[in-house]
Amino acid sequence: MIQIDVERKMLTTDGIRKLEVCVEIPQYELVCLFGRSGAGKTTLLRMVSGLFKPDKGIIRIGDRIVFDSSRKINLSPQKRNVGYMFQDFALFPNMSVEENIRFAQGEKDHKAVENLLETFQLIRLRNQSTLKLSGGQKQRVALARAFARKPEVMLLDEPLSSVDMELRLSLQNEILASHQLFQSTTIMVSHDKDEIKRLATRVMRIGKEKVVAFENPTDL
Amino acid sequence: MYSEFIETLFVTGKLAVATTILLFIIGLPVSYMLAFARFRLKILLEALISMSMVLPPTVMGYYLLVAFSPQNGFGKFLEHYFDLRLAFTFEGILIASVVFGLPFMIQPLQNGLMSLPESLREVSYTLGKSKTTTFFRVLLPNIKPSIITGIAMTFAHCIGEFGVVLMVGGDIPGVTRMASIAIYDEAQALNYTVANRYSLILFLISFVLLTIIFSVNKRHKV
Repeated sequence: MIQIDVERKMLTTDGIRKLEVCVEIPQYELVCLFGRSGAGKTTLLRMVSGLFKPDKGIIRIGDRIVFDSSRKINLSPQKRNVGYMFQDFALFPNMSVEENIRFAQGEKDHKAVENLLETFQLIRLRNQSTLKLSGGQKQRVALARAFARKPEVMLLDEPLSSVDMELRLSLQNEILASHQLFQSTTIMVSHDKDEIKRLATRVMRIGKEKVVAFENPTDL
Repeated sequence: MYSEFIETLFVTGKLAVATTILLFIIGLPVSYMLAFARFRLKILLEALISMSMVLPPTVMGYYLLVAFSPQNGFGKFLEHYFDLRLAFTFEGILIASVVFGLPFMIQPLQNGLMSLPESLREVSYTLGKSKTTTFFRVLLPNIKPSIITGIAMTFAHCIGEFGVVLMVGGDIPGVTRMASIAIYDEAQALNYTVANRYSLILFLISFVLLTIIFSVNKRHKV
């Protein structure tokens, strides 16, 4: 389970606003984060990953408290074991597909790399520079790399925003399949209602300031 | 005459190589700090580092000469405790050259680091990698054009250094005489053949280095 009960001031186009989030996400869920632009979806993901520090509150992942303002606990992103897939995929241009995945491993595990390359259909591309990949291929590498560290929580920040409709459907299947395979509790930002209905087990809607509530994807 | 010519070129090359190596080692952490760290007085530090781009070399040379002088505090301290004299020595012109060359190494490295998407650094952290690992395995390999530019600019600038080196090192053959100073000396003595030889060598080195910088940058833009 992930417990998030935090506050953080955000600078938006409407001035400074306070984002308040108080939710508990059960283990293995694939939760879609939904809300208008600037509502704080990415800010929330960054707070969970440790890239942003909340002003106050607590974040617990399983049994571990990764942030607690009252006890001055703030684990660095390196210590949280949270996978993060950025909108731009952030693949390392100086490394091949395989090197990107190997880099992510804590301890070298050749078999695990082979499994990931196979799972994400990257065997043929393993030695290719990431600069030469298509949008869909980049996404598969980014997913494989994020899973290489076996994260407890996977955060996907609009992973399908830059791909066309046809590719989108096949990549949605891959996200679904990898979520089922690796069983990481997943929070995914999406604006697409069809996509949410297809993938999410729950929906978290960020309203003007607060995370309003969990919703059933079919209720959107 | 010929041996003096070779000796001067050797001192020039030695100073340029040593300055470039030292500045690369100093430039890596400083450029990282300037690119990513937030602290008060950062602008002051940036301005100080860039001073040599606008300051007359003789001004910096004068201050360094005063500082290195055994008559004054710092120079006296070095001589008393380390038996080290910097005024009119190779070590002195090396330090002066490093100080004067700071912006030529640091600015390209800093700009290169700042031009990388922030997500590269951040994703590396979420993959459990330390800041040091991220710097050497992710950031540096992706700013190769900036590294080459920094090294080439520092080397080329040092080869052509005149004012600072003359002020701090004087013009001691085989010790502190640089090719750029020798050109002036030879021209004053109407030895145009030797002056021409020095000038041609400096011209060719600078031309080759600038061509390398432009071709590397062009290749990485395509």
